[in-house]
Amino acid sequence: MSSYQLTHLKQLESESIHIIREVAAEFKNPVMLYSVGKDSAVMTHLALKAFYPDKPPFPFLHVDTTWKFREMIAFRDNYVKNELGIELLVHINHEGLKLNISPFENSEKHTEVMKTDSLKMALNKYGFDAAFGGARRDEEKSRAKERVFSFRDKFHRWDPKNQRPELWNLYNAKVNPGESIRVFPLSNWTELDVWQYIYLENIPLPDLYFAKPRKCVNRNGIWLQVNDDRMTINPGEVVEDKMIRFRTLGCYPLTGGVESTASTLPEIIQEMLLTKTSERQGRVIDKDGGGAGMELKKIQGYF
Amino acid sequence: MSHQSELIAEDILAYLEQHEKKELLRFITCGSVDDGKSTLIGRLLYDSKMLYEDQLSQLESESKTHGTVGGAFDPALVTDGLRAEREQGITIDVAYRYFSTAKRKFIIADTPGHEQYTRNMVTGASTADLAIILIDARQGVLTQTKRHSFIVSLLGIRHVVVTINKMDLVGFSQKRFDEICEDYRAFASRLELPDVHFIPIAALHGDNLVDASPNMPWYKGSTLMNMLESVYIGSDRNLVDFRLPVQYVNRPNLDFRGFCGTLSSGVVRTGEEVMILPSKRTSRVKRIVTFDGDQSEAFAPQSVTLVLEDEVDCSRGDMIVKPGNVPKLQNSFDATVVWMNADAMIPGKTYLFKHTSQTVSGQIDSLRYRVDVNTLRSSPAPDLQLNEIGRCSITLSQPIFFDSYARNRSTGSFIIIDRITNATVGAGMISDRDSAKSTVAAWETNDKTSSDSASSVSSVTSEERVARFGQSPATVLFAGLTGSGKTTIANAVERKLFDSGRAVAVIDGEMMRRGVNRDLGFTVEERSENLRRSAHIAKIINDNGLICLAAFNAPNQTVRDRVADLIGKDRFFVVHCVADEKTRKERDEKGHYAKAEAGELPNFPGVTAIYEDPTSPDLVLDTSKKSIAECVEEVVEMLKAKKVVK
Repeated sequence: MSSYQLTHLKQLESESIHIIREVAAEFKNPVMLYSVGKDSAVMTHLALKAFYPDKPPFPFLHVDTTWKFREMIAFRDNYVKNELGIELLVHINHEGLKLNISPFENSEKHTEVMKTDSLKMALNKYGFDAAFGGARRDEEKSRAKERVFSFRDKFHRWDPKNQRPELWNLYNAKVNPGESIRVFPLSNWTELDVWQYIYLENIPLPDLYFAKPRKCVNRNGIWLQVNDDRMTINPGEVVEDKMIRFRTLGCYPLTGGVESTASTLPEIIQEMLLTKTSERQGRVIDKDGGGAGMELKKIQGYF
Repeated sequence: MSHQSELIAEDILAYLEQHEKKELLRFITCGSVDDGKSTLIGRLLYDSKMLYEDQLSQLESESKTHGTVGGAFDPALVTDGLRAEREQGITIDVAYRYFSTAKRKFIIADTPGHEQYTRNMVTGASTADLAIILIDARQGVLTQTKRHSFIVSLLGIRHVVVTINKMDLVGFSQKRFDEICEDYRAFASRLELPDVHFIPIAALHGDNLVDASPNMPWYKGSTLMNMLESVYIGSDRNLVDFRLPVQYVNRPNLDFRGFCGTLSSGVVRTGEEVMILPSKRTSRVKRIVTFDGDQSEAFAPQSVTLVLEDEVDCSRGDMIVKPGNVPKLQNSFDATVVWMNADAMIPGKTYLFKHTSQTVSGQIDSLRYRVDVNTLRSSPAPDLQLNEIGRCSITLSQPIFFDSYARNRSTGSFIIIDRITNATVGAGMISDRDSAKSTVAAWETNDKTSSDSASSVSSVTSEERVARFGQSPATVLFAGLTGSGKTTIANAVERKLFDSGRAVAVIDGEMMRRGVNRDLGFTVEERSENLRRSAHIAKIINDNGLICLAAFNAPNQTVRDRVADLIGKDRFFVVHCVADEKTRKERDEKGHYAKAEAGELPNFPGVTAIYEDPTSPDLVLDTSKKSIAECVEEVVEMLKAKKVVK
């Protein structure tokens, strides 16, 4: 006779599967936003579990800013599209591309046009009424009070003052035409939970998370990888071969690497547990607009 | 960022193995900013090393601009999320915080303690296993302490840790601690709180949070962290009643049909017989499918996919249970409702009710009473405003499968959604007592055959009775507002008929309420039930050959029509008594009108409730214009015309 106890990871897994199935059952046209990072990897894995032996009954959408690490695009196509056989939609803001905004020079504008605007365009284009995102509440302060089912008006705006109460595991999926719900199945997971789950479940990840020698330059104290020939090298900067890895993935000009020797999952977890800075530290965009920067971005429609 | 940095550094694999086996504990913190709630949470995160240096340095800089402790490190800012809140200096919504130790992962629902935010606390409490109730040692048990404790018990949280904070400000006094514990116990004995603990703390300085306080050697109990790590929650789940609300039907191909869902409660094994509701078809569990392979059994709260032996019809909203242990299957029930929207709850309005995996329309028939969260007293009320809690009777457009909330948090809870705005406007917990409901539903179950059979038990025929009494029995309903003269006229008619040799009986509302109906109140439904029972008595009186004169308020036409059906339309007559407002108020010796106008009497027809005039009365008497004798004469003439008397 077993004691019928679930470990915290199994309980989180079960709750997330419940959320994912609820969306598939309640919405007409849901989509899973896929960003190639570790949170997306866990979310993908949970979606596979939720509908096994079938495939997830909704497409995945990647908003490609055209500045993602090359390895991310390769991983996306090899794993999600080819190996898993999931319907993958890729959206690029072609209007925005014409503006030729350099992420090196204007990171904020780049993110707004190529990520935030592009996401809204894609959601409008396909008419999705629900979009899964991999955000977690422990990531950043303004996310601590985000709902699992987070209502967005027809302009994709979030109103932090007027959120629907969310009780038990009863999620309100009602929306009027044009409105939508962002769904965060990993809301209650922490960074450690995500890593530990990846380790236990043996979930494939892009190579970028693991340390190896990479060509990079040190800019304002952050290691930027020379990922392709669009990388600008400023006067005085030296391209070095450094053992680095990335704690989060995004646009390579905006994502700082950390010096590391961690090349296995236990080593990565070890490093994460012993480190003294949070994962978003390496991201340039959080610091725009002071302490509440992310909150402003979310109101505007950034994920 | 964790307790055991040594193990992490030396043997990460051992650390990971240890952390694979952690349990999850959700708790809620109740108290206001003044009680040091944010400080407590900040301390727990800080002392369990769950804060990174960059977060800490950000906090330190914010302590200078927003802090409430004069620029010193303010742990409260850890939990203070949104910009507007920071500017107001209070938290205003539910925020979730995470930390973990070697034994458990914790999720904190951080909710504000201010009065107008009952909604947030209920939201946070809905998923919590444990509640921390903060008391300021200087203040002792306050109204808000009672409010928090009531909500904790209402939402079925079994474990309560009462932390008495700011002990440093009362000289770490054991006497003060004991006094407060005593006060709390005295008050909490009225609530359903099976497991209560008390800890004296000083959150700002960390006393008794993680490490035992050197300032309070007299306290021998656990520290707060120790308590959180060790409280046994394994038996909180219901593993007895197997319930699987079907969430999604998985049909990748013609050979596979799986019913996906999260077990609300109980355990299920392959080979066991199961029943599908509402069809009540039975089958056996063929497979319990998961991505990680088939399981031989599944238990709550696992999310699984069941494959059954037979091709049975089953879709989202259905529930899989075991034949010997089924939930209630009803479309009406009683529930405690918490209202969460600025637009008040309106009895009779159609809302959507989401319960397990189904959403059905329905209405709140009546608000039996409202509970004052401060005094815990219940009183009648016309509606529920934002943040108010009340006991309601609810009728849905189709039956749902439920258990009481006390027995099953998952199949006993629901949310209420506004059909137009789609907002979540309320939340409800289904009551295990629906005795009151069964009486109000009595009209519905009262089919004609059963009531007609009553007269057949007698050995005396109705013809014999007509011959004996010289009258054709009938019921006259004297309906009208309070003070319209119903009982006075009925009594006067009784005297007149009796004196002329007729056999007659009078019943009136007040008499009924003193006896047969003393268990009923004055809601629309209870008035309806009052009249239903009275109608049965009138019918018995008629069946025994007597004329029945019934003086009742009877404000509702539907109910009067039902009375007519029950007694028989050919022997039921309505006399509508009317009087002008001034006269009615003069006759109102008990001052009901004054009370109703002061808002003290809800559901009082003519003032705080609707009075529907009879649509086609047999007689209308204006008792403010006519004398009693004139009225009696008109009634007797009417009875002659109807051939009740000669």
